[in-house]
Amino acid sequence: MPVTYYFVLSAILFTIGALGVLIRRNAIVVFMSVELMLNAANLSFVAFSQLYNTLNGQVLVFFVITVAAAEVAVGLALIVAIFKTKHSINIDELHELKQ
Amino acid sequence: MTSDFILFIVLAIVAIASALSMLLSRNAIYSALFLVINFATIAVFFLLLGSPFLAMAQITVYAGAIMVLFLFVIMLLGAEQLSRDSDLPWQRPVAIILGVVLLVETGIIIYSLGFQDGLLPSFSSFASDYASPVDIGMVLFNEYLLPFEVTSVLLLVAMIGAIVLTKRQKS
Repeated sequence: MPVTYYFVLSAILFTIGALGVLIRRNAIVVFMSVELMLNAANLSFVAFSQLYNTLNGQVLVFFVITVAAAEVAVGLALIVAIFKTKHSINIDELHELKQ
Repeated sequence: MTSDFILFIVLAIVAIASALSMLLSRNAIYSALFLVINFATIAVFFLLLGSPFLAMAQITVYAGAIMVLFLFVIMLLGAEQLSRDSDLPWQRPVAIILGVVLLVETGIIIYSLGFQDGLLPSFSSFASDYASPVDIGMVLFNEYLLPFEVTSVLLLVAMIGAIVLTKRQKS
Protein backbone atom coordinates (compact mmCIF):
# COMPACT_ATOMS: atom_id res chain seq x y z
CA MET A 1 0.00 0.00 0.00
CA PRO A 2 1.64 3.28 -1.01
CA VAL A 3 2.93 5.43 1.77
CA THR A 4 1.59 8.64 0.22
CA TYR A 5 -1.87 7.75 1.51
CA TYR A 6 -0.61 8.20 5.06
CA PHE A 7 0.93 11.55 4.18
CA VAL A 8 -2.27 12.78 2.57
CA LEU A 9 -4.26 11.70 5.61
CA SER A 10 -1.76 13.49 7.84
CA ALA A 11 -2.09 16.63 5.72
CA ILE A 12 -5.89 16.51 5.92
CA LEU A 13 -5.85 16.14 9.70
CA PHE A 14 -3.30 18.93 10.00
CA THR A 15 -5.47 21.23 7.88
CA ILE A 16 -8.53 20.46 10.00
CA GLY A 17 -6.51 21.30 13.10
CA ALA A 18 -5.30 24.55 11.56
CA LEU A 19 -8.89 25.45 10.65
CA GLY A 20 -9.87 24.79 14.24
CA VAL A 21 -7.25 27.19 15.49
CA LEU A 22 -8.45 29.85 13.06
CA ILE A 23 -12.22 29.48 13.40
CA ARG A 24 -13.10 28.48 16.95
CA ARG A 25 -13.57 31.03 19.74
CA ASN A 26 -13.35 28.76 22.73
CA ALA A 27 -9.75 28.74 24.01
CA ILE A 28 -9.94 25.09 25.03
CA VAL A 29 -11.16 23.97 21.60
CA VAL A 30 -8.29 25.95 20.02
CA PHE A 31 -5.96 24.00 22.29
CA MET A 32 -7.52 20.71 21.22
CA SER A 33 -6.99 21.67 17.57
CA VAL A 34 -3.30 22.21 18.30
CA GLU A 35 -3.19 18.68 19.75
CA LEU A 36 -4.81 17.41 16.55
CA MET A 37 -2.07 19.06 14.50
CA LEU A 38 0.57 17.42 16.67
CA ASN A 39 -1.05 14.04 16.14
CA ALA A 40 -1.10 14.54 12.38
CA ALA A 41 2.64 15.20 12.49
CA ASN A 42 3.14 12.09 14.65
CA LEU A 43 1.34 9.99 12.04
CA SER A 44 3.71 11.30 9.37
CA PHE A 45 6.71 10.52 11.54
CA VAL A 46 5.67 6.91 12.09
CA ALA A 47 4.88 6.46 8.38
CA PHE A 48 8.37 7.67 7.48
CA SER A 49 9.87 5.46 10.15
CA GLN A 50 8.15 2.44 8.64
CA LEU A 51 9.14 3.44 5.10
CA TYR A 52 12.83 3.63 5.85
CA ASN A 53 12.79 0.72 8.32
CA THR A 54 14.30 2.72 11.16
CA LEU A 55 13.24 3.30 14.74
CA ASN A 56 14.37 6.92 14.95
CA GLY A 57 11.01 8.25 13.83
CA GLN A 58 9.22 6.33 16.54
CA VAL A 59 11.56 7.61 19.25
CA LEU A 60 10.93 11.13 17.99
CA VAL A 61 7.17 10.57 18.26
CA PHE A 62 7.77 9.43 21.84
CA PHE A 63 9.41 12.77 22.55
CA VAL A 64 6.66 14.70 20.76
CA ILE A 65 4.03 12.97 22.91
CA THR A 66 5.97 13.85 26.06
CA VAL A 67 6.44 17.49 25.14
CA ALA A 68 2.77 17.75 24.14
CA ALA A 69 1.74 16.44 27.54
CA ALA A 70 3.91 19.04 29.29
CA GLU A 71 2.53 21.78 27.04
CA VAL A 72 -1.06 20.78 27.73
CA ALA A 73 -0.46 20.87 31.48
CA VAL A 74 1.01 24.35 31.43
CA GLY A 75 -1.46 25.68 28.87
CA LEU A 76 -4.52 24.48 30.76
CA ALA A 77 -3.09 25.94 33.97
CA LEU A 78 -2.77 29.24 32.12
CA ILE A 79 -6.37 29.03 30.92
CA VAL A 80 -7.60 28.31 34.44
CA ALA A 81 -5.60 31.27 35.78
CA ILE A 82 -7.01 33.55 33.08
CA PHE A 83 -10.53 32.38 33.82
CA LYS A 84 -10.10 33.28 37.47
CA THR A 85 -9.64 36.96 36.60
CA LYS A 86 -11.61 37.46 33.37
CA HIS A 87 -14.35 34.87 33.91
CA SER A 88 -14.37 34.14 30.21
CA ILE A 89 -12.35 31.99 27.83
CA ASN A 90 -13.69 33.50 24.65
CA ILE A 91 -10.48 34.44 22.89
CA ASP A 92 -12.11 37.54 21.45
CA GLU A 93 -12.20 38.97 24.95
CA LEU A 94 -8.66 37.99 25.87
CA HIS A 95 -6.83 40.54 23.80
CA GLU A 96 -5.74 42.79 26.63
CA LEU A 97 -3.62 42.05 29.67
CA LYS A 98 -5.35 44.48 31.99
CA GLN A 99 -8.55 43.52 33.69
CA MET B 1 -8.41 -4.53 -2.57
CA THR B 2 -6.24 -5.98 0.12
CA SER B 3 -7.36 -6.05 3.71
CA ASP B 4 -4.68 -3.45 4.44
CA PHE B 5 -6.27 -0.94 2.13
CA ILE B 6 -9.84 -1.56 3.33
CA LEU B 7 -8.78 -1.17 6.94
CA PHE B 8 -6.89 2.00 6.13
CA ILE B 9 -9.85 3.54 4.31
CA VAL B 10 -12.32 2.73 7.08
CA LEU B 11 -10.01 4.13 9.75
CA ALA B 12 -9.20 7.20 7.67
CA ILE B 13 -12.89 7.97 7.26
CA VAL B 14 -13.42 7.62 11.02
CA ALA B 15 -10.41 9.82 11.77
CA ILE B 16 -11.44 12.59 9.38
CA ALA B 17 -15.09 12.45 10.46
CA SER B 18 -14.19 12.70 14.13
CA ALA B 19 -11.77 15.56 13.45
CA LEU B 20 -14.46 17.47 11.53
CA SER B 21 -17.00 16.77 14.26
CA MET B 22 -14.55 18.10 16.83
CA LEU B 23 -14.20 21.22 14.72
CA LEU B 24 -17.89 21.84 14.16
CA SER B 25 -19.38 20.81 17.46
CA ARG B 26 -20.94 23.57 19.58
CA ASN B 27 -20.42 21.85 22.89
CA ALA B 28 -16.81 21.67 24.06
CA ILE B 29 -17.36 18.35 25.82
CA TYR B 30 -18.53 16.75 22.57
CA SER B 31 -15.43 18.16 20.89
CA ALA B 32 -13.20 16.58 23.50
CA LEU B 33 -14.93 13.21 23.14
CA PHE B 34 -14.64 13.31 19.35
CA LEU B 35 -10.96 14.05 19.77
CA VAL B 36 -10.66 10.93 21.93
CA ILE B 37 -12.10 8.91 19.03
CA ASN B 38 -9.57 10.54 16.73
CA PHE B 39 -6.70 9.64 19.02
CA ALA B 40 -7.90 6.05 19.20
CA THR B 41 -7.93 5.78 15.39
CA ILE B 42 -4.44 7.29 15.24
CA ALA B 43 -3.34 4.62 17.74
CA VAL B 44 -4.71 1.91 15.42
CA PHE B 45 -2.79 3.57 12.57
CA PHE B 46 0.33 3.24 14.65
CA LEU B 47 -0.43 -0.46 15.02
CA LEU B 48 -0.90 -0.76 11.24
CA LEU B 49 2.47 0.90 10.75
CA GLY B 50 4.18 -1.57 13.02
CA SER B 51 4.75 0.40 16.22
CA PRO B 52 2.83 -1.31 19.02
CA PHE B 53 4.70 0.56 21.75
CA LEU B 54 3.68 3.92 20.32
CA ALA B 55 0.10 2.76 19.92
CA MET B 56 -0.07 1.92 23.63
CA ALA B 57 1.72 5.14 24.55
CA GLN B 58 -0.76 7.11 22.45
CA ILE B 59 -3.75 5.49 24.16
CA THR B 60 -2.27 5.83 27.63
CA VAL B 61 -0.86 9.34 27.44
CA TYR B 62 -2.99 11.13 24.86
CA ALA B 63 -6.42 9.56 25.14
CA GLY B 64 -6.01 8.56 28.76
CA ALA B 65 -4.26 11.46 30.43
CA ILE B 66 -4.29 14.55 28.23
CA MET B 67 -7.93 14.31 27.19
CA VAL B 68 -9.02 13.56 30.73
CA LEU B 69 -7.19 16.73 31.78
CA PHE B 70 -9.04 18.63 29.05
CA LEU B 71 -12.38 17.28 30.20
CA PHE B 72 -11.62 18.19 33.80
CA VAL B 73 -10.77 21.76 32.86
CA ILE B 74 -13.83 22.10 30.62
CA MET B 75 -16.09 20.93 33.39
CA LEU B 76 -14.27 23.01 35.99
CA LEU B 77 -14.67 26.22 34.02
CA GLY B 78 -18.18 25.45 32.82
CA ALA B 79 -16.95 26.15 29.30
CA GLU B 80 -19.28 23.90 27.36
CA GLN B 81 -21.08 26.64 25.54
CA LEU B 82 -19.85 29.96 24.34
CA SER B 83 -22.43 32.70 24.19
CA ARG B 84 -21.65 34.44 20.95
CA ASP B 85 -19.94 33.81 17.65
CA SER B 86 -16.96 35.59 16.21
CA ASP B 87 -16.91 39.36 15.74
CA LEU B 88 -15.71 39.08 12.16
CA PRO B 89 -18.31 37.55 9.83
CA TRP B 90 -15.86 37.12 6.95
CA GLN B 91 -13.47 35.08 9.05
CA ARG B 92 -15.02 31.67 8.53
CA PRO B 93 -15.13 31.65 4.68
CA VAL B 94 -11.60 33.06 4.40
CA ALA B 95 -10.31 30.43 6.83
CA ILE B 96 -11.95 27.64 4.85
CA ILE B 97 -10.51 28.96 1.58
CA LEU B 98 -7.05 29.19 3.10
CA GLY B 99 -7.41 25.69 4.52
CA VAL B 100 -8.26 24.31 1.09
CA VAL B 101 -5.25 26.13 -0.37
CA LEU B 102 -3.01 24.59 2.28
CA LEU B 103 -4.40 21.14 1.55
CA VAL B 104 -3.88 21.46 -2.21
CA GLU B 105 -0.37 22.78 -1.64
CA THR B 106 0.63 19.88 0.61
CA GLY B 107 -0.94 17.43 -1.83
CA ILE B 108 1.16 18.83 -4.66
CA ILE B 109 4.30 18.67 -2.54
CA ILE B 110 3.63 15.08 -1.45
CA TYR B 111 3.01 13.84 -4.97
CA SER B 112 5.94 15.69 -6.48
CA LEU B 113 8.43 14.25 -4.01
CA GLY B 114 8.35 10.90 -5.72
CA PHE B 115 7.15 8.62 -2.94
CA GLN B 116 5.02 6.75 -5.44
CA ASP B 117 7.14 3.65 -5.16
CA GLY B 118 7.35 3.80 -1.40
CA LEU B 119 5.41 0.69 -0.59
CA LEU B 120 4.76 -0.17 3.02
CA PRO B 121 4.84 -3.81 4.07
CA SER B 122 1.52 -5.34 4.99
CA PHE B 123 0.79 -5.20 8.68
CA SER B 124 0.35 -8.94 8.90
CA SER B 125 3.94 -9.53 7.83
CA PHE B 126 5.67 -7.90 10.79
CA ALA B 127 7.79 -10.01 13.10
CA SER B 128 6.15 -10.35 16.47
CA ASP B 129 8.86 -8.37 18.23
CA TYR B 130 9.36 -5.59 15.69
CA ALA B 131 9.53 -2.19 17.39
CA SER B 132 8.89 -3.83 20.72
CA PRO B 133 9.64 -1.78 23.85
CA VAL B 134 13.06 -3.49 23.98
CA ASP B 135 13.99 -2.17 20.55
CA ILE B 136 12.67 1.30 21.28
CA GLY B 137 14.53 1.29 24.57
CA MET B 138 17.79 0.31 22.90
CA VAL B 139 17.55 3.26 20.52
CA LEU B 140 16.22 5.63 23.17
CA PHE B 141 18.88 5.02 25.78
CA ASN B 142 21.83 4.70 23.41
CA GLU B 143 21.39 7.38 20.77
CA TYR B 144 18.85 9.66 22.42
CA LEU B 145 20.06 9.66 26.01
CA LEU B 146 20.58 13.43 26.21
CA PRO B 147 17.08 14.30 24.86
CA PHE B 148 15.64 11.77 27.28
CA GLU B 149 17.29 13.42 30.29
CA VAL B 150 16.39 16.90 29.06
CA THR B 151 12.78 15.77 28.63
CA SER B 152 12.69 14.69 32.25
CA VAL B 153 13.82 18.17 33.29
CA LEU B 154 11.16 19.61 30.96
CA LEU B 155 8.45 17.58 32.66
CA LEU B 156 9.66 18.76 36.06
CA VAL B 157 9.53 22.38 34.90
CA ALA B 158 6.04 21.87 33.47
CA MET B 159 4.84 20.40 36.73
CA ILE B 160 6.25 23.28 38.76
CA GLY B 161 4.86 25.79 36.29
CA ALA B 162 1.37 24.33 36.41
CA ILE B 163 1.37 24.43 40.21
CA VAL B 164 2.73 27.98 40.39
CA LEU B 165 0.20 29.28 37.85
CA THR B 166 -2.80 28.01 39.76
CA LYS B 167 -1.62 28.74 43.27
CA ARG B 168 -3.85 30.94 45.36
CA GLN B 169 -2.32 34.36 45.73
CA LYS B 170 -1.67 35.51 49.27
CA SER B 171 -3.38 38.90 49.19
